[in-house]
Amino acid sequence: MEIVTSIVAGILFMTATYLMLSKSLLRIIIGTGLLSHGAHLLILTMGGLKRGTVPLLDEHAASYVDPLPQALILTAIVISFGVTAFFLVLAYRSYQELGTDDMDQLRGNDQK
Amino acid sequence: MTFLHWAILFPFLFAFMVPFLYKTFRKIHTGWFVLPLPICLFIFFLQFLPGVKYKEGIVQTVKWIPSLGIDFAVYVDGLSLLFALLITGIGSLVVLYSIYYLSKEKEQLNAFYVYLLMFMGAMLGVVLTDNTIVLYTFWEITSFSSFLLIGYWHYRERSRYGALKSMLITVFGGLSMLGGFILLYIMTGTFSIRETIAQSSSIADNGLFIPALILLLLGAFTKSAQFPFYIWLPDAMEAPTPVSAYLHSATMVKAGIYLVARFTPVFAGSAEWFWIVSLFGIFTLFWGSFHAVKQTDLKAMLAFSTVSQLGMIMSLLGVGSAALLFDHFEFYSVAILAAIFHLINHATFKGSLFMVAGIVDHETGTRDIRKLGGLMSLMPITFTIGLIGAFSMAGLPPFNGFLSKEMFFTGMIRVLNMDVFQTETWGFLLPVLAWIGSIFTFIYSMIFVFKTFAGKLQLENLPKKPHEAPIGMLIPPIVLASLVVIFGFFPNLLAYSLIEPAMKSVMPSLLKDGEHFHIHISHWHGFTAEFWMTVGVVILGIFLYLTASKWKRVYDLQPKRMTLNQLYDHSLKTAGKTSNRLTSFYMTGFIRDYLVYIFAFMIMAVGATMIIKQSISFAADDAAPVGIYELILSIVMIAGSITAVLARSRLTAIIALSSVGYSLALFFVLFRAPDLALTQLVIETVSTALFLLAFYFLPELQKKDKTRRFRLVNFIISAGVGGIVTLLAISASSERTGKTIAEYFLETSYSLGGGYNVVNVILVDFRGFDTLFEITVLAIAALAVYSMIRLRTGGKDVEENGFKNE
Repeated sequence: MEIVTSIVAGILFMTATYLMLSKSLLRIIIGTGLLSHGAHLLILTMGGLKRGTVPLLDEHAASYVDPLPQALILTAIVISFGVTAFFLVLAYRSYQELGTDDMDQLRGNDQK
Repeated sequence: MTFLHWAILFPFLFAFMVPFLYKTFRKIHTGWFVLPLPICLFIFFLQFLPGVKYKEGIVQTVKWIPSLGIDFAVYVDGLSLLFALLITGIGSLVVLYSIYYLSKEKEQLNAFYVYLLMFMGAMLGVVLTDNTIVLYTFWEITSFSSFLLIGYWHYRERSRYGALKSMLITVFGGLSMLGGFILLYIMTGTFSIRETIAQSSSIADNGLFIPALILLLLGAFTKSAQFPFYIWLPDAMEAPTPVSAYLHSATMVKAGIYLVARFTPVFAGSAEWFWIVSLFGIFTLFWGSFHAVKQTDLKAMLAFSTVSQLGMIMSLLGVGSAALLFDHFEFYSVAILAAIFHLINHATFKGSLFMVAGIVDHETGTRDIRKLGGLMSLMPITFTIGLIGAFSMAGLPPFNGFLSKEMFFTGMIRVLNMDVFQTETWGFLLPVLAWIGSIFTFIYSMIFVFKTFAGKLQLENLPKKPHEAPIGMLIPPIVLASLVVIFGFFPNLLAYSLIEPAMKSVMPSLLKDGEHFHIHISHWHGFTAEFWMTVGVVILGIFLYLTASKWKRVYDLQPKRMTLNQLYDHSLKTAGKTSNRLTSFYMTGFIRDYLVYIFAFMIMAVGATMIIKQSISFAADDAAPVGIYELILSIVMIAGSITAVLARSRLTAIIALSSVGYSLALFFVLFRAPDLALTQLVIETVSTALFLLAFYFLPELQKKDKTRRFRLVNFIISAGVGGIVTLLAISASSERTGKTIAEYFLETSYSLGGGYNVVNVILVDFRGFDTLFEITVLAIAALAVYSMIRLRTGGKDVEENGFKNE
């Protein structure tokens, strides 16, 4: 199972990177969304999968899955939501002000 | 810390007080507060005079970085005392002079005196320390304060140019010198100059000896404006005249001389030292004096004259270093004697001449000798001072310059008697160039004084109506000019008080304990070769001065494009252009390019580490079994992410992204993470709503991204990232080292946190601060979103701020 999820995480990273390298602002934001999904899956995989029951102690099971990656992912999900929201509004505002979402035109111009 | 250490640090400490004094007492010229300091220090150093005459020298050490052998060691011997007296003595006169030169209404006096005091302290540090690293530190501070003082009138373009030039050249030399010091440390194992001297006989055969010698001389030659590094000194004349008189003629430029004199005991006796120091010196003498004749600006003339006089002292030190090889050393050590004597004389006559130039500039508004003339009757005192200074510089009796100039000829002629270092080959150059240089020296000395003060007065060309300077401005040059006369008539006043102790420090190995160099300076030696050389200089000099207009073409023979200044400007420009081109080659301004660098670096760094550490492993035996649900979800996720990439319409891309997110939520369910599944479902729903909201405002996706090559590079990079991540994940899960810390949380969740849901306990208790800051991040994001939507500048403002200037 770990190998399958590793490959899925790898593909998510790959598509995310590809989208982030494109020049449309919306594509870049979708890329960051995919990237955070990939990262979450990666963390979960590295902690080991299905090695026990849900980490709720009143289950009285012999073994539980590792709770630490879950705690980290929970934090990460919320943060990535904040980042995505920020990005979207930034894109919306910059498009409104500058009239383009093309990254080639949004470069800093030092040769005035 | 002894009082000697404090003497070096006092100027720095006082510099801190200057701005407050300037602010509090605006009515009083700040210079009056500064003036007592150099005077007190001068008196303080005077009391060491009897000490250095008989004793070895005084050492006081304060540990600074003992683990590296770097101590703040102060060493007072004849040589350092001579320099310390020059620095504080001339310093006092210059401060007094500056009070009248710089207007307290117009100038930023606080900055001026802070820089000047900084320089004074640093210069004292250079000449008084025994530790090479401390010497280097102070040496660089003198470069910095010189930079600040040259650029004092920073609104002038020429000042900034001169400041930068001096900084680049002297700091380059300083760094080379540091390299020389480090090589010396490698050979001797000590940073102490005295201990290095004690080991000098054992390092002469070391392979690093010559590199150390060259690096050290680079430092000395750049600082003392020797050929070809002299080009910064004429441009340094943009500084206020008191600074030129102080730093760029009397003290800082002599730091290189000091360095050569100080390290003579280490390097003297090697042919390289003898030839490099004396040939560069004598050529600088000739070159500087030749160029001085061409100048029309009084200060530029004095600058080239300083270059040439420094070359003269340098060559004397080089020639004198050979005295170590002879039993009858007194015959050859006369060059060292001449060097030290001329050092003092140069400080007196050149200092007074700079002050005269400053007075002329101050009172007439110009320094151009084509506009000046006939000031003799209007400024009689200034004229007298100028006459004394210029005649001394030209080497005319009875002034002190005559005595040292004769001695200089003696030293150069005696090279012909040496039969070491193959002096028979090029040794004749030394007296010949010395003589030619002296002729030019005579000519420009005459030009300086007579073109300014004699001839026809051209009142209509002068910006101001000239009159005699205020008395305060005249006192410092009068003091110096009197010294010129006194030393001229009674040179032996200096013989055993200053010159002999300094000679002892330059050549300590020649004398046994209690012995002294025999010094007697006399005016008349009979009809010797030196006498006839001086007569020749005067006759030829007068002839060439009177017929100067005929020789103008000879002086301008060197084409303007071939000068060293051109070389400097050109290489600076090229360096700037090249680095600009190099930087803009990779700093393109496209965010995509920067992401490519980051991702490429990540692939290489992680990949290389994994290969080098041989940590790629592939073991599936410990893995969880693959169920049918998981497989389906995986396929959905992969399909979703690829759809997001290939989608033509915005809506498709957003829905594909959401499908990946919801699949991940289901994954969380299957992998025993109910909290994650809940959170992910909620967040994914909100995100999708937000995307759909924003996409309404955003433009349609572009059809395709640029060229095939552009997409190929993107594909390679993203495939690399994906591959590395997969490899990392597989290797990490198939090779587990160490125990997981999950046990700790599972065991203590209830006992310490009081909760059954371990994930929740970790979030709110064990890692409570994480959660707190996570909330903070959200709050900041919310504030940013809110302000971006609500607060907007009108389109007009934006244009004014320069956003729309494609």
